[in-house]
Amino acid sequence: MRMRCAILGSGNIGTDLMMKLLKGTDASGSGQTPLEVVALVGIDPASDGLARAKTHGIEGPHEGPQWILDHADDIDMLFDATSAYVHVRHYKQYAEAGIVAVDLTPAARGPKVIAAVNLTEHLDAPNINMVTCGGQATTPMVYAVRRAVESLPYAEMVSTVSSKSAGPGTRQNIDEFTKTTSTALREIGGADLSKAIIILNPAEPPIMMRNTVFAGLPEGTDHDAVLASVYAMETDVQHYVPGYRLKNPPVIEEGPFHTPGGTVPHRAVVLLEVEGAGDYLPPYAGNLDIMTAAAQRVGEAIATHKAGVSA
Amino acid sequence: MTTTATDYRLIDSTLRDGSHAISHQYHDEDVIAIVKGLDAAGVQVIEIAHGDGLGGSSFNYGFSAVPEKELIAKACEVTTNAKIACLLLPGIGLADDLREVSEMGVSVARIAVHCTEADITEQHIKVAKGLGMEAIGFLMMAHMNTPEGLVEQALLMQSYGADTIYIADSAGAMTTEDVKVRVNALVQALDVPLGVHAHNNLAMAVSNSIAAFQEGARNLDGTSAGLGAGAGNCPTEILAAVSDKYGISTGVDALKLMDLAEEVVRPLMPRQQVIDRAGLILGYAGVYGSFLLHAERAANRYNVSQAEILLELGRRQVVGGQEDMIIDVALELAAKHAAQEEQA
Repeated sequence: MRMRCAILGSGNIGTDLMMKLLKGTDASGSGQTPLEVVALVGIDPASDGLARAKTHGIEGPHEGPQWILDHADDIDMLFDATSAYVHVRHYKQYAEAGIVAVDLTPAARGPKVIAAVNLTEHLDAPNINMVTCGGQATTPMVYAVRRAVESLPYAEMVSTVSSKSAGPGTRQNIDEFTKTTSTALREIGGADLSKAIIILNPAEPPIMMRNTVFAGLPEGTDHDAVLASVYAMETDVQHYVPGYRLKNPPVIEEGPFHTPGGTVPHRAVVLLEVEGAGDYLPPYAGNLDIMTAAAQRVGEAIATHKAGVSA
Repeated sequence: MTTTATDYRLIDSTLRDGSHAISHQYHDEDVIAIVKGLDAAGVQVIEIAHGDGLGGSSFNYGFSAVPEKELIAKACEVTTNAKIACLLLPGIGLADDLREVSEMGVSVARIAVHCTEADITEQHIKVAKGLGMEAIGFLMMAHMNTPEGLVEQALLMQSYGADTIYIADSAGAMTTEDVKVRVNALVQALDVPLGVHAHNNLAMAVSNSIAAFQEGARNLDGTSAGLGAGAGNCPTEILAAVSDKYGISTGVDALKLMDLAEEVVRPLMPRQQVIDRAGLILGYAGVYGSFLLHAERAANRYNVSQAEILLELGRRQVVGGQEDMIIDVALELAAKHAAQEEQA
């Protein structure tokens, strides 16, 4: 039995996720998705996303979170692509209504999941937080470095997205973005201390999403092992985001670097680019893709898990 | 000092923008000496933070030798008349940082953003206002937007509650004409005062600042001895001296500023602010000034040309904050050279 999903938020992210789920294939593109979209729910009846939903024969109401709560019996899972503030206001009601919430905002109410790192860790949680697009892109690489070293005193990420792909939610939530991302670099990436930075670039034509990971490497680190682990992680993420790639070979630079976690002799620099699949916005919007692809993968993992439990 | 009427307000950024030129290695004694000197000379506002604003200490922009908040606390302690200001780039620093420095006595918050992205400053301008701070909206890389485009962005910041709007020629890329048309359009459109922050990559910083004043800007920025990103900022002491020659009242003592530049700031400088090839290329190609030293380090590390890195960054239209792209470009140039050598 397929899991009935509603997507809340008819902006860039919500609409991109709907387009992905409507393909019918799963996140890896190799099987069938166990997720069935029943509605894309917005607040603006004139939004492009809702119009698209209707063209595809999907319900496109504009009553926002209330519509979800009114239709709780017909919805098993909610993908929340609104904003951190809206999610914080309603997440308890979703849980009380028995709807599993996959939260694509940086509200960080539920446990954080990075699809390539801890996909199966919280399959029974009523609320899963997908961190941020930058977090989905860079936490895997911080984790890749961490698993190859004795300790990771400090890691940092810089995410640059095209201005066109950053909607009002991202723009009003910029502190939540950096805080939630930074927390993920520690909690899931395994760094002791961390920092996250986001930059918007208005260049025309729009730039592809770029992410850079810096990781402080303590004395005695096996640099080849770090590089090999980074390459292996690239392949893992490509499994569900085909446009995810190392833009240049990862490098180890010589310091010393006086990080907040102490002085380290070297740092790893991982330069990433994310090209989107072009499901809704054009391929430059890799930031949408990595978020929606990761959310789809998590939703599918939950659906498969629940089907297994009830069978 | 009580409020003597001045023709414009001078904001000195030696302890913020100047920080780039010394790779963010300020210590307590430098802050004390510079704040004392500026304060004694009658400078109205002194800005202090990591060069990339609050929270800028990082791999990407360089780690501060001393945590900026320690230095800010010191500046607040030492000043007698001058207000202490900070700068914050949303996406790098946090509203929480504003809360912390407001507590220390910082009373002016400059919220800086690339000149097309004003809507990400709403959260931070409102927090600054809520804390009772003066909020200044600071539009960087202003050469990359048209006068009309800047007006649109500045009006957004004004609507969020900004008390003053600044345009920054962060790449030192503007001619006097470029400055005049922008200042003129903004002064016409805004209800709040305008300010201009100039860099000297094309040797235009002082003349552009004076031209900005003549077109109606009522806030101007400088740094002592021009210490700052790229080929340097508008030197505060020269701006004060030239203003005197024009009969423009600044309320500051140009001679005292000359002493500060000569006796305190120059001895700190690892090199004098000159317009060498790399500095000039920043202005010529319109590249963010603080990329200069990072590009030099990457050029040495990967054995490629600093000038080539800067030109490529200009072609890619990178904006302030994208220092990581310097490594990206250096690696690509190195790979290209290696491939060419193999062919030869």
